[in-house]
Amino acid sequence: MQLEIRDLVVARGARRIIDQLSFDVAAGEVWLLTGRNGAGKTTLIRTLAGYLSPVSGSITLKGWDPERDPREACHYVGHLNADKASLTVLENLRFWQAYLGGTTADDAAARDRVWAALERLEIEPLADIPAGYLSAGQKRRLGLARLLVAERPVWLLDEPTVSLDVQSTALLARVIETHAAAGGLVVAATHLALGLASARELRLGPTPHAAAEERTSGGPA
Amino acid sequence: MSGFLTLLKRDLLLALREGGALGTALGFYLIVVTLMPLGLGPDLNLLTRIAPGILWVALLLAALLSLPRLFEADHDDGSLDVLALGHMPLELVAASKALAHWISTGIPLALMAPILGILLNLEARAYPLVIATMLAGTPAISFLGAIGAALTLKTRRGGLLLALLVLPFYVPTLIFGITSISAALLSPAGFQASFLILTAISLVSLVLGPVAAAAALRQHMQ
Repeated sequence: MQLEIRDLVVARGARRIIDQLSFDVAAGEVWLLTGRNGAGKTTLIRTLAGYLSPVSGSITLKGWDPERDPREACHYVGHLNADKASLTVLENLRFWQAYLGGTTADDAAARDRVWAALERLEIEPLADIPAGYLSAGQKRRLGLARLLVAERPVWLLDEPTVSLDVQSTALLARVIETHAAAGGLVVAATHLALGLASARELRLGPTPHAAAEERTSGGPA
Repeated sequence: MSGFLTLLKRDLLLALREGGALGTALGFYLIVVTLMPLGLGPDLNLLTRIAPGILWVALLLAALLSLPRLFEADHDDGSLDVLALGHMPLELVAASKALAHWISTGIPLALMAPILGILLNLEARAYPLVIATMLAGTPAISFLGAIGAALTLKTRRGGLLLALLVLPFYVPTLIFGITSISAALLSPAGFQASFLILTAISLVSLVLGPVAAAAALRQHMQ
């Protein structure tokens, strides 16, 4: 499976946020999007998830059943965690499992999977607590647990480390590594280095060098 | 289809757990209807004549109160973005949420109407008619209301704007709801025509509402 981005142009109003971007994400690869605030990291992630339509260029997921909507291959974790305060941690996860997995199968395997995800992200003791009582970091881990309960090859993560402590960030890095090792594709916008040895970096927006040049040429002589 | 039912089940569970929206709507309904005889005076004949109209208008206003939350909660916590990645189109997401609104708000309001009818000296034979027309008409309130709720999703305090947008579309439902009651009270044969139109409006809104609401939601995700 391969995600191909070709000559992508995305605009917000008259401003071109992403201009002529091309890159490939192959199976097993982790791409980290870096860049200043406003460089277009969120815009790019949301375009890949299909929320924004590009002005021109193409995004294709090779190796995906052409009959099916490519969105069904994607997990999206944005700035918000998509949890319901009045549902317990377990209920929140069970809902996303059924909804994103497209099954109502309530068998032992599905249940085990949810518990495994809770264990992986170390929120197992909180399973029966309404999500509204969790701390910001715990909520974040609940949001990330969604990635593990429904199997989807492409993970689009927008600042996944926000409000995570050092240990949890390391936990997330391991989860991402495991997914990539199993042939998954990960595109993550992040400020923090996740400590992934194999991750490739895509720097968005004007490089500091180019910006500096612009300043010197545009400023008063 | 499984996604549709999963989402519907979750929304109903949330409505049950959070309960605030239904409580407000029912309370508002009760207060508005109670105010009417106080304002109009104790003329029982007058009240009997206008009872169906008051029950219907108050129901529209009460249902309107809970509409702004239809998509807002899912938008605010980011669920809407994730719902868009499910195995069904956004149209069905909107339909599921509107259906949940009808079950959790429309049906309880319709069932409460006959109890409030006592306050307005509603004719005994009008009771089943009021329930029947309201059950047939309230889907239009939820499904047409979904369009307004989706359009005003990102407007701060959009409740009033929502009322301005949506209430005009409720006029046909109101007219045919009332006419079927009054026609049936005059002659049993007169009921059918108006009632069928009322049902037709609901069926059209079942199709129109989700499509238009999904288009508005897509715009918001941009």
